Amino acid sequence: MGIFSKFISKIKGVSTADPLDWQELEAELLAADLGPSLTSAIIKDAKSIKGDDALASLTQILNSKLSSKSRTLNKVASTSALLVVGVNGTGKTTSVAKLASSLKGSGFSVILAAADTFRAAAVEQLQTWGARIGVEVIAGKDGAEPASVVFDAAARAGEQSVNYLLVDTAGRLHNKNDLMAELGKVKRVIEKSLPVSEVLLVIDATTGQNGITQAKIFTEAVEVTGLIVTKLDGSARGGVALAIESALDIPIKFVGTGEGESDFAAFDAERYISGLIGD
Amino acid sequence: MFDNLSSKFSNAFSSLRSRGKISASDIENTCSEVRTALLESDVALPVVDSFIERIRSKSLDALPNLQSGTNQAQAIFEIVNAELVEILGGSARRVRFAKTAPTVIMLAGLQGAGKTTLAGKLAKFYAEQGNTPLLVASDLQRPNAVNQLQVVGESVGVPVFAPEPGNGVGNPVKVAEQGIAFAKSKLYNMVIVDTAGRLGVDEDLMREAIAIRDAISPDEILFVVDAMIGQDAVRTAQAFQDGVGFDGVVLTKLDGDARGGAALSITQLTGKPIMFSSNGEKLSDFDIFYPDRMASRILGLGDVATLAEQAKKAFDGESSARLEEKFARGDDFTLEDFLEQLEAMSKMGSMSKLLGMLPGAAGMKKQIENFDESEVVRTKSIVQSMTPLERRDPKVLNGSRRARIALGAGRKVQDVNSLVDKFAAAQKMMKQMRTGKGLPLGMGMPPGMPAPVQKVSQQPAKKKSKSGNPAKRALEEKG
Repeated sequence: MGIFSKFISKIKGVSTADPLDWQELEAELLAADLGPSLTSAIIKDAKSIKGDDALASLTQILNSKLSSKSRTLNKVASTSALLVVGVNGTGKTTSVAKLASSLKGSGFSVILAAADTFRAAAVEQLQTWGARIGVEVIAGKDGAEPASVVFDAAARAGEQSVNYLLVDTAGRLHNKNDLMAELGKVKRVIEKSLPVSEVLLVIDATTGQNGITQAKIFTEAVEVTGLIVTKLDGSARGGVALAIESALDIPIKFVGTGEGESDFAAFDAERYISGLIGD
Repeated sequence: MFDNLSSKFSNAFSSLRSRGKISASDIENTCSEVRTALLESDVALPVVDSFIERIRSKSLDALPNLQSGTNQAQAIFEIVNAELVEILGGSARRVRFAKTAPTVIMLAGLQGAGKTTLAGKLAKFYAEQGNTPLLVASDLQRPNAVNQLQVVGESVGVPVFAPEPGNGVGNPVKVAEQGIAFAKSKLYNMVIVDTAGRLGVDEDLMREAIAIRDAISPDEILFVVDAMIGQDAVRTAQAFQDGVGFDGVVLTKLDGDARGGAALSITQLTGKPIMFSSNGEKLSDFDIFYPDRMASRILGLGDVATLAEQAKKAFDGESSARLEEKFARGDDFTLEDFLEQLEAMSKMGSMSKLLGMLPGAAGMKKQIENFDESEVVRTKSIVQSMTPLERRDPKVLNGSRRARIALGAGRKVQDVNSLVDKFAAAQKMMKQMRTGKGLPLGMGMPPGMPAPVQKVSQQPAKKKSKSGNPAKRALEEKG
C-alpha cells in the first residue's frame, strides 16, 4: 500500500510540506479508520517533525497513541473467568475458540461457557469448536437464561479447578439498554463464584467510528479490560482500535487474522502500526 | 440509526436558520460542518468531498435567486436533501423476478455481516407476499452455519435445502446447483442462496463465490453489509464488485447507533442501489430501503411514511372497520378497544422504534432509547386482569375490584388507579374532539396510553353498585 511513501519524502521539516501534502496524509489516516479527531491530533504532532527519518517519527507518533497498560492476560486467582463481549457478527464465538486453543497450547486448562443462547445455532457453533480443540463446553437448553448457563459453568470450572473459564456471550448492539443490563447480570452472576479477570471486547477491524461508541458503552456496562481485534486479514486496517486505545485507554490484547484455530495472536504493536501505515 | 448523523446535520442547519439573510460565507461554514459530520459518519473521503462540492456550487448558484423574505435556509436544506437522496440510490428498486421460476437470489458479503439472518428475513418477506421460497445452505465454512439456517428457516416456516452438514464438509457450488434443481422439481418460485462470509482480499474464496454464481446464474446478487463498517467499505465493496459482482446492497444492523455513512459511499462508488434494510434481531425487522425516507431521516425530518405503512399492516382491516362502525354508532370507546390497539401496536414493533420515526426524533434520542418497553406490557396486563364488564364500563371499578385487578396483574393498586384515571382523561378528550373543540389526534397522550384513532360519545353509565362476591357478580353481569 505504501501509504506514506509518497508523503514521507516531503515532510522532512515543516517547510517542505505544503498544505496539499498534509491533505494527503489526512486522507490516508482517515482511510485507516482513525477518525477525524485522532487524525487531526496526529497531524498536529506530525507538523513538528524535524529531521530526516520522517517514517520513524510518524511511527513513533502513532505508538504514542497506544495505551500503556499491560497487554498480557490478567490473572487474579487460580481459576478465573474471561468474559468475551461485543456487538453482533464481530467474531466472538470464533475468538473464544481460538483463545481457548491458544491457552490450551500454553498448558492451561480451559472450560468454555456457551452463554449465547439467543442466536440460532450459536451454542452448537461453540460445541463444534469445543470438540475440534478438545475443550469442554458447558451449555444450557435452547433459549436458556444466559445467567443460568454461566452459573452452572462457573460452578463446573470451580469444581474442576481449571485455569480459565471462557464465556461466550450473545452479540448485542450497545444501544439496547435491556441487553446491556443482561450482560451486567451475567458478569455479576459469574462473580458470585469466580473472579472475572478480564472482559474482552471483540472489535471487527472493518468497523468505523462506531467502534469508539461501542467500547465506551460496553465499558460503562461491564468494564472492558482489553480488546480483541478480528478480521485483520482483510483489507481493513483496524484503525478504530487505535482510536479506542487513545480515547479510552483500553489495550488491544489479541488479534484475529482468519478462520482457522491458529489464526490468532497476542497483539504486536510494531506489526499493527506498520499495518496501519501500510509499509 | 443514523441518529448521530442527523443531529450533526440538525446543528449545521440550525445555525444556518438563525441567519436572516444567508451570505456566501455562511454557505462555506455550513459546508465545512457538513463535511466533518459526514467524515465522523464513516463516509469515504472522496464521496464526502464530491458531495460537498456539489452542494456548495448548487447553493451558491441558488443564492442570488432566493428572494429575501423567503426562507433561505430552507432552500439550502432542500438542496442538501435532494443531494442525499441521490447519493442514497435515487429511486428504490425491487427484486427482479425471473421470467421462468425460480427467481434466484444469492447473498454475498464479509463474515458477520448478517447473511444467514438476512436469508431468513428475506424468505419471510417474500413468503408473506405469496411466494414459495426455498433456502439453500451453501455456507459450509463457518461451524454450524447450516444448522443456524435450518433453525431460521424453521422459525419462518420456509424449507431449507441442506444436503451437506457444513463445518468444512461438502462443496458449496454443488449444493447451490442441487438446490436450484430441487427447487425446479418441487416448483418453488424463489431460491435464496446463503453463502459463506468472505473477505474482499481472499482470492480463493472469491473464486468460489464466482463458481457458485456461474453455476446458478442468480437473478439478483445482494451484497450484505454491516451498517457499522468504516472506510474499508469502499475497498470491500469494490473487491466484491470486481469479484463476484452484485446488483444491490442490503444494509444490516441499522438498529444500532452507527451513523452508517459507509452506505452512502458504497452506493455512490458502485452505482448499486441499497435495496433492503434490516434493523433488528426479530425476523420481521426488515424492510425495503427507501432512499427518500432515509434522507429525511438523516436530516431529522422523521419517517412518517414508514410509520403509516406499518400501522396499516398492524391494524387489520376487520378491526378498523369494526371500530369505525362503532364510532358511527356513537358508541363508547372502551378498555376492550384500547387493549386491541395495544396489541396491534406491539405487532408494529417496539415503541422506541416507532417513536424514532417521528419528526424531530433526533432531538429526543436519549429518551426514545430509554423508553421502557415493558410499560406497554404492564398496561396490557392490568387491562387483561379486568373482567369483560369492567373493560366495557370502568365506572364499576370499586376498591375491591381494583385490589383484585392489581393482584391479578402483579401491580400495585396505584398503577391500576393511574391507568383508570388516564383512560378517563383520554375518553374525555376524545369526547371533546367529537364535539369539535379538541386537540389534533395523537398528541399529548401519556405514555402507555397510545393515541386511539377513533372518537366516542358517552353512553349512559350503569349506576349500580357491584357485589364483591365473584359468583354473585357474575349473576349480576348476566342479568
